[in-house]
Amino acid sequence: MVLVAIIIGISLFVAMYETYAERKVAAFIQDRHGPNRAGPFGIFQPLADGLKLFSKEEIVPNHSNKFLFILGPGLAMLTAMMTSAVVPWGGHIHAFGRDISLQIADVNIGILYIFGVVSMGVYGVMIGGWASNNKFSLLAAIRGASQIISYELAMGLSLIALLMMTGTLSMHDIVQQQMDGRYYALYQPLGFLIFLICAFAECNRTPFDLSEAESELNFGYHQEYSSMKLGFYLFAEYVNMFISSAVMATIFWGGYDIPFVNDASFGLNHGANLLAILQVLSLFVKIGIFVFFFMWVRWTVPRFRYDQLMKLGWKTLIPLAILNMVVTGFVILLRQNHWHF
Amino acid sequence: MSLTQFLFWFLSALGLFSAIMVVISKNPVHSVLWLIIVFFTISGHYILLNAQFLAIVNLIVYAGAIMVLFLFVIMLMNLNAETEPQKNKWLKIAGVIGGGALLLVLVAALKDADSRNQMAQMGTGDIGLIHNLGIALFREYVIPFEISSILFLSAMVGAVVIGKKE
Repeated sequence: MVLVAIIIGISLFVAMYETYAERKVAAFIQDRHGPNRAGPFGIFQPLADGLKLFSKEEIVPNHSNKFLFILGPGLAMLTAMMTSAVVPWGGHIHAFGRDISLQIADVNIGILYIFGVVSMGVYGVMIGGWASNNKFSLLAAIRGASQIISYELAMGLSLIALLMMTGTLSMHDIVQQQMDGRYYALYQPLGFLIFLICAFAECNRTPFDLSEAESELNFGYHQEYSSMKLGFYLFAEYVNMFISSAVMATIFWGGYDIPFVNDASFGLNHGANLLAILQVLSLFVKIGIFVFFFMWVRWTVPRFRYDQLMKLGWKTLIPLAILNMVVTGFVILLRQNHWHF
Repeated sequence: MSLTQFLFWFLSALGLFSAIMVVISKNPVHSVLWLIIVFFTISGHYILLNAQFLAIVNLIVYAGAIMVLFLFVIMLMNLNAETEPQKNKWLKIAGVIGGGALLLVLVAALKDADSRNQMAQMGTGDIGLIHNLGIALFREYVIPFEISSILFLSAMVGAVVIGKKE
């Protein structure tokens, strides 16, 4: 229970500073200063933003469905937070006389659970967009839904190739298999690339942010939202980014494994607690790299047109993912036969 | 009343209530949202039966994909109570009779079934776990499994053919 609260707290904290990092990265790429007024280097900017959003007037449009209008952002936030339950954040910590695992739930269908929650994530966007009773919101919601459904397919297919190699769906076991430094991204580069692209699409990040394309849809599905309900939608995007970075780091880049270090012998020499802390740090460094990559791409690549988006999803990624799956299966079979046909 | 029993009754009551709301909701979007809750309660029952894989696949496939497409189409067509075509009175009566007949058949079929006397194995059965289910599907039931996949393929081809026809 304590762990749940800590992880939710950390996710929210990270998401808060992601907004700051995003603005700083954008400023760096565009040769500006970025936020620098609130506190040293502007590090209190997210607090100021949050305070501003909380104190704004809450507006519910007259012709909207009030219950669903409020349910939308709540659902977006809920699904964003739920994924963190199956991510293994580190090894074991030895405290208060017992071993505490740094993973909330080691269910044997971990990856499918993430997949299920991600596929629920679209409802926040759809319900919010529809309940706003605004044509732009509705268009954005429908765009978002079709985009997420299309990219979910390619994401699932790219994962199947990986699962053929791991032989397990448990996130914890997948990390354990990569403990010797042979990360699955090295065996599955194409699968990783497809998964990465799909993660961008699932998080509604540029170049796939069709559902909030300002130039054509004003503000997308959250146009009618104000105050902290808008804040929830924007925040959910950052939480999603954090969690999908964590998932990618976990299943493709060894999770909490410390690179170039033999974790087991390090734990014996320096104690399990130090090892656990370093492992958590290692995971967070990996997550940080991915989050930076998300931002880097956002400020580098322009938005796709809608037909280009669909073409990329259905005509490029899905065939590539199927090819990847077939080749992986073939190689695994060959290896089981000791490289004889 | 143990926690499992409480969850069973809660999920059953919620499921039946949502199922009734699917039928009597005036707004089609609300119907779909109630239907999503029905799928959630069914998944909850699967989890009570220790069938985690079935539960999560039920959510991914039905609640996560098919219902999104339903919602998508309904939102796109912007159906609501005013634009709903008035149905023939006789059609409604025929629907009630048809539904009642189906209920009769189901009850008659289940009345003498063997499973009537068997208690559901709460949280102890393990056929729903992914490992056992995979072995059962690919060893004992491989032919029905493959045939159903061909059925899906033909449905897909059919959908493409209908979609291509201008």
